[in-house]
Amino acid sequence: MCLGIPGRVQEIYEADGVRMGKVNFGGIVKEVCLDYVPEIAVGDYTIVHVGFAITRIDEASAQETLRMFHDLGILEEELKPEDHIESVAPPACPVNPWGGAGGRAKSNNQDKK
Amino acid sequence: MRYLAEFRDGEIAQRLAAEVRRITTRPWAIMEVCGGQTHAIIRNGIDQLLPPEIELIHGPGCPVCVTPLEVIDKALAIASRPDVIFCSFGDMLRVPGSHKDLFRVKGEGGDVRVVYSPLDAVTIARDNPHKQVVFFGIGFETTAPANAMAVVVAKRQGLKNFSMLVSHVLVPPAIEAIMSSPTNRVQAFLAAGHVCSVMGYWQYPPLAEKYHTPIVVTGFEPLDILEGIRRAVRQLEAGEACVENAYPRAVTFEGNRPAQRMLAEVFELTDRAWRGIGVIPSSGWRLRDAYRDFDAEARFDVADIQAQESAVCRSGEVLQGLIKPNQCPAFGKQCTPRTPLGATMVSSEGACAAYYNYGRFA
Repeated sequence: MCLGIPGRVQEIYEADGVRMGKVNFGGIVKEVCLDYVPEIAVGDYTIVHVGFAITRIDEASAQETLRMFHDLGILEEELKPEDHIESVAPPACPVNPWGGAGGRAKSNNQDKK
Repeated sequence: MRYLAEFRDGEIAQRLAAEVRRITTRPWAIMEVCGGQTHAIIRNGIDQLLPPEIELIHGPGCPVCVTPLEVIDKALAIASRPDVIFCSFGDMLRVPGSHKDLFRVKGEGGDVRVVYSPLDAVTIARDNPHKQVVFFGIGFETTAPANAMAVVVAKRQGLKNFSMLVSHVLVPPAIEAIMSSPTNRVQAFLAAGHVCSVMGYWQYPPLAEKYHTPIVVTGFEPLDILEGIRRAVRQLEAGEACVENAYPRAVTFEGNRPAQRMLAEVFELTDRAWRGIGVIPSSGWRLRDAYRDFDAEARFDVADIQAQESAVCRSGEVLQGLIKPNQCPAFGKQCTPRTPLGATMVSSEGACAAYYNYGRFA
């Protein structure tokens, strides 16, 4: 049900007061509601679910993820086993936007001041 | 197709799996919440690439599967009326109610139509002013913005013959219900990527902290799922419990703000019964008073319908990750995708159907 298909926006227009567009899914073009992605432009990629674009695909993030996959294990092959390092592992408990390594849920954490 | 093929590369999948094997020292149970991920895992044999210590528990994230029997029976009652055109996503048609399914209603002469988008149902209402058009508004947070828009457009166009049978369910309350259950075995969660595309993942850090359980926002392609598992295992092995985003190309921390504003405009929280699980407090959305005129339950007076579940079907335990589909005695015998006893065998995202279709009989 939550299937989302990536496609490329090739046309944007308005119909009955709703922002609509044509999105190309590898050759198949469908009409899609673009109301929830006001920032999207022709040429951008989006993920479409039940005829609605739910997010713009962030090209830079996609490339970074792919680069990380490609680098995975390559450093280890060149190093001795005892030199095993967290070459491409994400940083330990990445900092989240609310601050606090353990996923704390306060935005203005007073300890940080 | 771009953004699909790159994330299905078999060689990189092997490398990711090798990395999971390298860092795994102990048994861990990880739940993928979303049925779409369950389907991808079984179809691509991802579980078989993992070391034997890693057990994937299949979660309740299939809206078709968790829509309560009472709601299905209400849909059947409404769809059977001669004045109604009943519109639904295709995967609801074969979900068994107490006595029949929507396909049967259609065979008996009911006007049941499959639509791709909820807006198609609004168009059908506009084109058929002498009929009542009802849309079956199910789904998680991913689908809710589309259904909300359909109601708003119908209201804006002044349509008096459009309504929606709403049974929306929400992921974070379900995750917390599993985390807090005394029978819980899940040690880390893969959060459903497209739910987070809409809602962001700001709801999860308090859960990760309270239950000391890692949560990794995970996409749907094989490499996305393996990366989600790798990050979950890394956290488990390090004794950490935080929220990570392994699907950053489609998910931001705050999510889709325009969609969230629309959801807040149209829906309000309600307790919701989950098929096979029971009532989870504040785990669903219903229409707000301003949109109550579009509530099909009120319009067609079906609020009193009660229903009884099959005694044989153990889909409730499957949905809670307590048993695997092939551990149910009815699996593959009385219960097949052609003769489903429970919704988990109907939906392509149901764990039972995934196990059956990909030959996981033992």
